[in-house]
Amino acid sequence: MTETNKSKKTIVAGRRRFLTNGSTMVLSGAALAMMAGAGGRTLIGEAQASENDVAILNAAVSTEYEAIAAYELGAASGLLSAGALKLGISFRDHHQEHAEALVATVQKLGGTPNEPLADYGFPLDKLTDEAAVLRLAAGLEKGAVSAYLGAVPILDDRGLAKVAASILGDEAMHWAVLRNALGEDPVPVAFVE
Amino acid sequence: MMGHSRFVLFLSGLAVALGLFGAGAGAGAGSSSNSSSMAVAHAPGGQAGLGEKVFSRCQACHSLARNRTGPRLCGVVGRAAGAVPGFRYSGAMLSSGLVWEEEKLLSFIEDPRGTVPGTFMGYAGVKDADDRKALLGFLAEAALTQECGE
Repeated sequence: MTETNKSKKTIVAGRRRFLTNGSTMVLSGAALAMMAGAGGRTLIGEAQASENDVAILNAAVSTEYEAIAAYELGAASGLLSAGALKLGISFRDHHQEHAEALVATVQKLGGTPNEPLADYGFPLDKLTDEAAVLRLAAGLEKGAVSAYLGAVPILDDRGLAKVAASILGDEAMHWAVLRNALGEDPVPVAFVE
Repeated sequence: MMGHSRFVLFLSGLAVALGLFGAGAGAGAGSSSNSSSMAVAHAPGGQAGLGEKVFSRCQACHSLARNRTGPRLCGVVGRAAGAVPGFRYSGAMLSSGLVWEEEKLLSFIEDPRGTVPGTFMGYAGVKDADDRKALLGFLAEAALTQECGE
């Protein structure tokens, strides 16, 4: 049995249990792979996800790569203040973690992960100030929320759906923070779609 | 404090309000068969506003003019499936033989993976019939805009 101890949680792949602060839930091997895939940690149990799930996760991989490219474009633009740059780099790192975990899971499930596009066709002519960069990022974060919201219900593996919902929450926080930075209502709706 | 039964009732009402029980699905099948392509292309202003709002969900992966995670959507209405140059489609889409006429497109928007099993599109679908109709109208009109001009 493989065990990795962290500060407050223990993942036990063999029994497919995820314990945190006393609560217990059962996750599939694929979900564990997705949660542990980043940073070279691989805690794989029995893979239960289907080809359907691989395709859905691969779409998410592409969404994450596009977000990473956008944040890197913004960081290199010279248009961001120190605060916005710090924020952008932090969010870029989150997307990188998502992508690595998703790629590891797709590979574990026997799929071929999507590659980043060579050119995302971002509207460079419109990125003339910090607000424009943040607005591009906010739009992609809103899109990511929609993408995960559309993926969660159709993932066959409910453990994977749970992890995807966790990523959705992270993207929604990014979106809200970016809206706030733009001087907009950070949480304009009670239900995202 | 809200009791258990009242809370369940609240959730049920909420789910109905959000169209989570698929009531829109059946209505969608009916409404799509009763409408013409012309009606879709000239949706009322209110519907166009709704269509643009629904399209914002699609923008997770699609844009009108360029290929992203999903193919460009300019001119999608009436186009053959799997026909956008430079986009990597699933084998399922390439071999589907579909043409995105109104009825088939509405079906795909409602349930992508049910309509074309094996598609790369990892999205549950737009479950509200009015939303689907408005989206189709938006896409049809978008084909006439400058953004979609060649």
